[in-house]
Amino acid sequence: MTDAIVEYRGISKYFAGIRALENVDFACKSGTVHAILGENGAGKSTLIKIMSGVFQPDSGEMLLGGKPVSFATPQAANEAGIVCMFQELSLVPDLSVADNISISSPPRRFGLIDRRAQVRRAEELLARVRCEDVDPNAMVRELSLSRRQMVEIAKALGKAPKVLILDEATSALTARDVRTVYDLLAELKDSGVASLFISHRMHEVEALCDTLSVFRNGQHIETFAKGAKSEREIVQLMIGRDVEAQFPPKPKPVAPEELGDPLLKVRGLSWQNRLNGIELTVHRGEIVGLGGLDGQGQKELLLALFGVLRDVEGEVVIGGRKGIPSSPAAAKTAATKVALVPEDRKTEGLMLGMPIADNLLASSFQRISRGPFIDPALSRQAIEDGISRLQIKAGSASDPVMTLSGGNQQKVVIAKWLMIDPDIILLNDPTRGIDVGTKQEIYRLMRDLANQGKAILFYSSDYAELIGCCDRVSVLYSGRIVAEKQGDDITEESLVAASLNIDVEAA
Amino acid sequence: MRQGRLTRWFFQNVGLASALLLFAVLFFSYNMMHPRGFSAAVAVQNANETAAIAFLAMAQTLPVLLGGLDLSVGAVMTLTNCIASELVNGSPAQILLGVVATLLSGAAFGLMNGLIVVYGRIQPIIATLATGAIAIGLALLVRPKPGGDVDGDLGWALTNSVWDFADTYGIAGGGDAWWIRPFADIPVPVIIVLLVTILVWVPFRRSVTGRTVYAIGSAEGAAFMSGLPIDRAKIAAFTLGGFFAACGGLYLAIQTSSGNADIQQAGAYTLNSIAAVVLGGTSLLGGVGSAVGSLIGAGILRVISFYFRILDIDPLLQPLIEGVVLLVAVSFGAIRTLRVKNKLDLFR
Repeated sequence: MTDAIVEYRGISKYFAGIRALENVDFACKSGTVHAILGENGAGKSTLIKIMSGVFQPDSGEMLLGGKPVSFATPQAANEAGIVCMFQELSLVPDLSVADNISISSPPRRFGLIDRRAQVRRAEELLARVRCEDVDPNAMVRELSLSRRQMVEIAKALGKAPKVLILDEATSALTARDVRTVYDLLAELKDSGVASLFISHRMHEVEALCDTLSVFRNGQHIETFAKGAKSEREIVQLMIGRDVEAQFPPKPKPVAPEELGDPLLKVRGLSWQNRLNGIELTVHRGEIVGLGGLDGQGQKELLLALFGVLRDVEGEVVIGGRKGIPSSPAAAKTAATKVALVPEDRKTEGLMLGMPIADNLLASSFQRISRGPFIDPALSRQAIEDGISRLQIKAGSASDPVMTLSGGNQQKVVIAKWLMIDPDIILLNDPTRGIDVGTKQEIYRLMRDLANQGKAILFYSSDYAELIGCCDRVSVLYSGRIVAEKQGDDITEESLVAASLNIDVEAA
Repeated sequence: MRQGRLTRWFFQNVGLASALLLFAVLFFSYNMMHPRGFSAAVAVQNANETAAIAFLAMAQTLPVLLGGLDLSVGAVMTLTNCIASELVNGSPAQILLGVVATLLSGAAFGLMNGLIVVYGRIQPIIATLATGAIAIGLALLVRPKPGGDVDGDLGWALTNSVWDFADTYGIAGGGDAWWIRPFADIPVPVIIVLLVTILVWVPFRRSVTGRTVYAIGSAEGAAFMSGLPIDRAKIAAFTLGGFFAACGGLYLAIQTSSGNADIQQAGAYTLNSIAAVVLGGTSLLGGVGSAVGSLIGAGILRVISFYFRILDIDPLLQPLIEGVVLLVAVSFGAIRTLRVKNKLDLFR
């Protein structure tokens, strides 16, 4: 490919020894709309973050218009004509729309920002994305998520990009906005701009892109023109054939009528626009998986059940009792106790600087106290139990928890919650970023807990885990459960297809 | 979505608007109750007592907008006060040179704070706690005992009304020219504070650096991703803070004709500057607010203390009442948290 505007040659990138991209060759031409496809963690984000100057590659080189380049900052990439719209919005909430659109190079008069010119510029750019209804003087904080995404697009347009990267840029948009973005991309394509488009919506990719590249496990698998492969073939490329981790054997599926009353029953659960009528049941002894692509409401569902969200609508029955816990403190002390292993163990799961012992005890102080005081003998016993039960490899329980490896840190979080002897265990991607050995221990532990009669609701971004661990899997898409798979129906193909909200059988 | 300009300004600046209202009510009723209310003499006296804290509140605004605190503003004021008491005298040229040197020394101290925060990667609150002590130490070296010699004419001209200023220097027909009449009764310190605001703060706010300061306080990650000059903005914010603190120190020297390395005074000014910033509607989380609000906040703090002179209240109650007013005013800002839907957001 001689006419490539951006080209990668043998680019690799590692994070703490974990491969994010390995020896990637990739090229993208001017005047195309190029889709990047792949599962969660396939390396798509790393690919574009290197292109846009957020990360630097560990090895390999990047060419822009045939010349080797390397960008130390997003600013440098912008100046070279590569503009990226990130999934996490890069808008400043307390500045106005006009300020944000022209944030890095505003129009100036006598060296000072010319507010009137800035508002005019914002109006022009907003008109280009057909958002005349957005007031350039409004604070970004006041806008809805879909309006913010459109402002983000206007901001990117204002930088007159040669390469425009849209990372999940349409995830929150309304149907009308999506059409606007389609038209815009077509317009940009005609004017010779290369657009890189990352989306989990297959029909958007079909409608928009002319070239598709599939990534898997940090490697570039294949690039082909639109129409060269069927949806089914694309899904297979995304999954690949990987060695599966070892999972403990599952019990025989039980007929629904024999399961008895569910321990957790959710009906029509809605919150903001992130959860839109979730229907779900979990019985004692069951591991129910939550599938789907990142950000379809799985995390919010778990947070809602743990009492973290306000103004949740719908019905939740926990152990025969109606009502959503009012707070995590209420959730863990109710008659039917609920525990949550949170998404980010470093901020929500652990107090990193504090000793392992204190972290282990953090949610069960009532059990080890006599009157108002913590009983040293009881707490020592509890700490020993926790460490031996999960086989946490630690020098001393008084070491700060941050001295442990990722896998052992996660074990501390799990041990902390097992200490309250919960009935319902909510797991938010508990194996993310931990080693294979510990993963297997966690899988076994989950099955043991289920066999002891706990109800487990398990979100994972790794399909192999869902297939290997779960009795049932519910797949979420835009805050709704779009498919429920059971027993042998839980296959990578069915899960990937369901998470893209397409029907493989029909394709 | 389009609203009238005034409505929108109000909703985007609720903190500033309510501070303005509170100040107007307090100031108006104070003058109503004062036997010589609404007179030039009272205005001059009030303005003189407010100028230094007003400058310090502006100085504190910048680090707070970044999401930090500067505990050295009072100390920098004290240091520059002592420097000014040595330098601001002699021939007009020497006086001018002294004024410039004083302001530059404050800005240099702020620059040092900024460099320590940015390149030393130390949190502003602890970095400035240390540098504040250093500033006091330097002030004591410059002026071990209170005293000094600040030009008397300058002191008189800058601490009275515009008429006195013109009269002192024999300009505008000694204050009697027709064009100066409408301004004759305005206290000079008010003019100075307004001039500094218009000539320094307003341009700063409208520069890319100034806007970066807001962006950092609001969402530093987004500011970085947008390619804004983050380090430069932080250093500039602390430098400008040092400059404003030096304005306060210089004014205090002119007002008292002397310098005084008073440790208690430095501490009290620092804490009052934080109170003024918060009263003026600037968020301690950063990203929201303005130095203009802090000026009003400083005004509110001072007006409250003026009441103790005209009403027969035990002066011992002053700290208590100031504390209650601060608490009530700040409580309005906390109403926002009732609207948060994801309780985890409360901790971010």
